[in-house]
Amino acid sequence: MRLPLSYVVRNLWTRKLTTLLTAGGMALVVFVFAAVLMLEAGLRQTLVDTGSFDNAVVIRRSAQTEVQSGIDRAQAGVIESQPEVTLGAGGARMLSKEVVVLVNLYKRDAENKPANVLVRGVEPQGLALRPQLHIVAGRLFRPGASEIVVGRSVAERFRGAGLGERLYFGLRDWSVVGVFDAGHSGFDSEIWGDADQLMQAFRRPVYSSVVLKLADPARFGELKARLESDPRLTVEAKREIEFYSEQSALLANFIRYLGLSLSVIFSVGAVLGAMITMYASVATRTAEIGTLRALGFRRGSILAAFLLEAAALGITGGAAGLFAASFMQLLTISTMNWQSFSELAFSFTLTGAIVAKSLAFALAMGFLGGFLPAARAARIDIVDALRAA
Amino acid sequence: MYLKLIARNALRHRLRTLLTVLGLTVAILAFGLLRTVVEAWYAGSEAASDTRLVTRNAISLTFPLPLSYQARIRQVTGVTRVAAANWFGGVYVSEKNFFPQFAIDAANYLALYPEYVMPEDQLRAFLRDRKGCVIGRKLAQVYGFRIGDAIPLRGTIFPGNWEFVVRAIYDGAERNTDTSILFFHWDYLNETLKKTVPRRADQVGVYVVGVAGAGRVAEVAAAIDGGFKNSLAETLTETEKAFQLGFVSMTEAIVVAIRLVSFVVILIILAVMANTMAMTARERIAEYATLKAIGFGPRHVVLLIVGESLAIAAVGAAAGVALTFPIAAEFSRAMGTLFKVFFVSHQTVQMQFAAAGLVGVLAAIAPGVRAARVRIADGLRSVG
Repeated sequence: MRLPLSYVVRNLWTRKLTTLLTAGGMALVVFVFAAVLMLEAGLRQTLVDTGSFDNAVVIRRSAQTEVQSGIDRAQAGVIESQPEVTLGAGGARMLSKEVVVLVNLYKRDAENKPANVLVRGVEPQGLALRPQLHIVAGRLFRPGASEIVVGRSVAERFRGAGLGERLYFGLRDWSVVGVFDAGHSGFDSEIWGDADQLMQAFRRPVYSSVVLKLADPARFGELKARLESDPRLTVEAKREIEFYSEQSALLANFIRYLGLSLSVIFSVGAVLGAMITMYASVATRTAEIGTLRALGFRRGSILAAFLLEAAALGITGGAAGLFAASFMQLLTISTMNWQSFSELAFSFTLTGAIVAKSLAFALAMGFLGGFLPAARAARIDIVDALRAA
Repeated sequence: MYLKLIARNALRHRLRTLLTVLGLTVAILAFGLLRTVVEAWYAGSEAASDTRLVTRNAISLTFPLPLSYQARIRQVTGVTRVAAANWFGGVYVSEKNFFPQFAIDAANYLALYPEYVMPEDQLRAFLRDRKGCVIGRKLAQVYGFRIGDAIPLRGTIFPGNWEFVVRAIYDGAERNTDTSILFFHWDYLNETLKKTVPRRADQVGVYVVGVAGAGRVAEVAAAIDGGFKNSLAETLTETEKAFQLGFVSMTEAIVVAIRLVSFVVILIILAVMANTMAMTARERIAEYATLKAIGFGPRHVVLLIVGESLAIAAVGAAAGVALTFPIAAEFSRAMGTLFKVFFVSHQTVQMQFAAAGLVGVLAAIAPGVRAARVRIADGLRSVG
């Protein structure tokens, strides 16, 4: 016969302070665990949304990032003439030769803390290549003018980057004429302007990268092979989606490893806490357990009841931790991505998988902490237990 | 009498005390390691000299300065020496093996950094060999480089495959000196660029400027930047410390997160510890009432509880601190050259003990108050 669930719940309810403290410890562990997973998911989300499967990015061989790359005009011309490039309205080639530089801007809220913000000079097709990007305030920059549009998170965070303000770099004042939203992708952390104007301002005769849309995404392999074996070029081609996920691999791994090792260490503390609570719970109820056994409940039922109690502790803690962690979605983290050396904003993202993982983690902590005490409770001898009272 | 009673009390529930101590050990250890990681982040700025300035392009670090600026900066009053340096960003075998590499104008640069100590003959050998390099002791240990070895690097910023021969190995004069850097001759980089990418030759990443006296740095920095105002490459000159802190502040979000988390671990252990003390006190309410009945005041009872809590915390803290050192050393080895400097500071140890003390006291508050307030008759009547 099984012990009723209400017995388990009432046991926890009687010792509120102890239950609260144990579940509270677990809640904190689950909070850290969930927050880390959410951060990593947010980072991946941001970078996955940045790239498109249909687009290819061409940069100088072994340059790793657009900032380090350089492609001169003759090489860019060779890339432009490849047959895989799709044709857009009016027969224009869907290709943008871009220049990418970093400039130091200061955050609005902090005195004298510079951040590297990525400035991208694009050609007219650049916007069409990134359909996720929309102007939400103001208008697009005019080609040939010292005008720029800024990503949403740049406009919010950096001094002088709001709509109607002016930014000074490359010996010029640039008017911010528009703010764009790129659907939480990495472009939200960028400033865009006219490629030719930016190249002039920075005295830079070469492009950084060439971004193009493939007419047939399946034929990317052919394009890559041809470009990389062309003796006139020293470039490598990547799918845009891969390019951006590589950009953040280091940061994502760092967050993941740091977070997981912390969760493991912390969970040791929480498991010990659960173990202490459950041992005490068994010790103070020895006579009660004896009575239950005398009434005819089997060892298995006792074991199950105590395990359930521990699991309930774990689930309570897990749910509380997850609840607190879900508020982290309101926060946006902005930090330097080591690989691209530029500022990147991303937010905590809660997914179904994270909810499941966190609850499973909490449940596992509860079981792990409850198993030994429950086994002890189940092994108690009826006569000794009754005498203990 | 107290000490004996406290010790006996603590050892009454051996398993519970053991588990609590174990939890504390893990928490204090984690706290110490996290603080050490944060300190390692700031190591570069801590090691910075206050008589060195760094001049870079005002747009951002990724833009170079012309070579001609070296002579012009040298003319500013108060400047003793100017050295050119370029971040090289090469990859050794695989991208996992990260360590910093700089192309330097060796004679000037090494004179500005007296904390890089190397034998005289090795220094001379390096200065004589244009393809030579100097590496730090830590770098040499991690990858097993010896004098005479050739280190191949794949350039990411400067295309091509490069090879440098180890001519000297330097040690740090201070404990926090970064000994994971590879230095080679700026001239070699420049000569190669003249052949491969001529438009990028004769350009310098940053100038390190030595100043006569720490009191003059602000004035000298302003004079340097003023001299290049409205030129094609405007400069930004800051102290070496500010320059290094700039890097830290760019990744500040991560540092803040690690800091926060290091306090969360203290909260977790506080919950565990408070729980232990609450249970202990609940079981012993009858005893506390007895003590009161035979004439001990509430103060004594509270003292007993706080004493027990502190004793458990102290043992846990001592074990945690003792473990921090070997584990930090092991962690540092596993991370290779990712963290330039990684050691447990005195301050960290103090913080660890302080945190444990705080946990000990806080955990005793609720049960202490309860035991102090309990009326003798109620206490004697209560059962665990």
